[in-house]
Amino acid sequence: MTTLFTILFDGVAYGMLLFVLACGLAVTLGLMNFVNLAHGAFAMTGGYVCAVLVNRSGWPFFAALPLAFVASALIGAVLERSLYRHLYSRSHLDQVLFSVGLVFMSVAAVDYIMGSSRIFIKLPAALEGQIDFFGVGIGRYRLMIIVICGLLTAALQLVLARTRFGSRLRAAVDDPRAASGLGINVPQVFAFTFAFGCGLAGLGGALSAEILGLDPYFPLKFMIYFLIVVTVGGSSSITGPFLASLLLGIGDVAGKYYVPKLGPFVIYTIMIVILIWRPNGLFGRAAAR
Amino acid sequence: MTAQADVGYHARQHARWHWSEIAFWLLALSCAFLFPSRYLIMTDIVRLALFALSLDLILGYAGIVSLGHAAFFGVGAYSAGLLALHGIIAEPVVALVVAGLVATVVGFLTSFLVIRGVDLTRLMVTLGIALLLEALAERFSNITGGTDGLQGIEMQPILGLFAFDMFGKVGFFYCLAVLFALFLLARRIVHSPFGLSLRAIRNNPLRAAAIGIPVNRRLIAIYTLASFYAGIAGALFTQTTALASLDVFSFERSADLMLVLVIGGAGYLYGGLIGAVVFKMLQEVFSTITPQYWQFWIGLVLVVIVLVGRQRMHRWALWAPNLIIRQLGGRKTIVAVPESDAP
Repeated sequence: MTTLFTILFDGVAYGMLLFVLACGLAVTLGLMNFVNLAHGAFAMTGGYVCAVLVNRSGWPFFAALPLAFVASALIGAVLERSLYRHLYSRSHLDQVLFSVGLVFMSVAAVDYIMGSSRIFIKLPAALEGQIDFFGVGIGRYRLMIIVICGLLTAALQLVLARTRFGSRLRAAVDDPRAASGLGINVPQVFAFTFAFGCGLAGLGGALSAEILGLDPYFPLKFMIYFLIVVTVGGSSSITGPFLASLLLGIGDVAGKYYVPKLGPFVIYTIMIVILIWRPNGLFGRAAAR
Repeated sequence: MTAQADVGYHARQHARWHWSEIAFWLLALSCAFLFPSRYLIMTDIVRLALFALSLDLILGYAGIVSLGHAAFFGVGAYSAGLLALHGIIAEPVVALVVAGLVATVVGFLTSFLVIRGVDLTRLMVTLGIALLLEALAERFSNITGGTDGLQGIEMQPILGLFAFDMFGKVGFFYCLAVLFALFLLARRIVHSPFGLSLRAIRNNPLRAAAIGIPVNRRLIAIYTLASFYAGIAGALFTQTTALASLDVFSFERSADLMLVLVIGGAGYLYGGLIGAVVFKMLQEVFSTITPQYWQFWIGLVLVVIVLVGRQRMHRWALWAPNLIIRQLGGRKTIVAVPESDAP
């Protein structure tokens, strides 16, 4: 029974992490309909920025996390303004080729600068070890992830549903032409959203170094996971990807625990089945745009 | 140009062999005698060309974007490897066809998954299938050798006559012959009414269905055929390198393949062949400059190609040859810019 709870707990932590990593992609891919396979590269950037700050410059871990966000968001903003925005209206093939090119470049560049081996971020002592909670071992680090990611998710939901910016974004996504007719600066909204999504990915990358492992091949290894979150979750709201990440996280952890020999086989099969059954995702809208 | 009879006339006109095509194949054959010390890389190019030809069939002619075409390459590679390793079918040519057929079966079964859904779902499903097969190959390591791959494959002589030599001379001619045979078949198919209907589907599936083309059945057919081609390419890989490892399924292989086709241009069959030559040369150059980081430059090439625009780039590349031809022959340009593959 306790193992079940531990698995559930680890799965939730993993899923929350995946959500923070992928929710930027949920907007670009799900809402703006741009196939950005390079999303993981931004996450990797955040992870490496955090690692360099903590390990080499001796920054405290919690001070480095916001900087990981800022660094990835800045790079995201620059790339969006200079490159991505030219490709919004292009075919999916072009978008795939472009973002795959970016992935290759980022992998080789990070390999060149930081070396190809896996990198660990020095954690503060307060985050190591476990808390015993009614006999269930709960990792402190994972608990922190759940807290941070939970707060972020709630904040995101609030921003999207309640604020002026949220309604602008929803309008811009639903119908860019009508939105710009109403005086909404659509490219600006998109650029800001894109940069914010990249920032979140960077934060997720910094947080995930401990759990997922951080090496130059991060964007390639986890690309499929991000894509699963978005395509399975659908694009109608932020809840869809959130539930999909939790499912994926728990499923992956449980699968690795109970049927370790099958490896990622289970996840891929489930993804294909769901996509065949509901091409717009489990929680998607009836009609794809 | 408006009359219906013109359509048939133009289609037949396009289907005729042009002298430049004959020159292309003569050039390819003459490479074998011009560069006798480079058989290994030339074999590599020919294999890649066949693989790219396979992607061209579905991407260039049917408009299916696949992110996991390496799946069939891998199935072919492992089939050929297992057949040779266990001595089930010792003769390479028969084994090649059988390996191709195994990939065809996989392609046929998965085609039902692929034709459903829109672009994005297709991308995900094709990628998922390749990853799934990779996971399977890793899981059944007692059959596939796991991460070490299949080792100790020994190839029998082709048709019992030509033994593979260490310089790769036989391997090269073998691959080139297979490529040429399959190219002839592909050429025949894409110029047939079947091929024309595929192009109609690529340009507008809805209208194609409206004039009575069975869209799904055509897509299944071409997808299955393309998987046969990819399987053969994979089998050639195993037979000429005596090696099959997990990376035959890798995402990088599928991504590189797209680059190959994009360099050459999709939708006129020669794109994959030309792209393979250019890609391998680029790879050679890049890996001599920065041995470990050549992927960076490959990525840069991809980004630049997309930003410049594929159509525009091909126009630039073809400007000089077309100019010469117009001057010399006073006729229309030979190498047409491939039609737009945007839906």
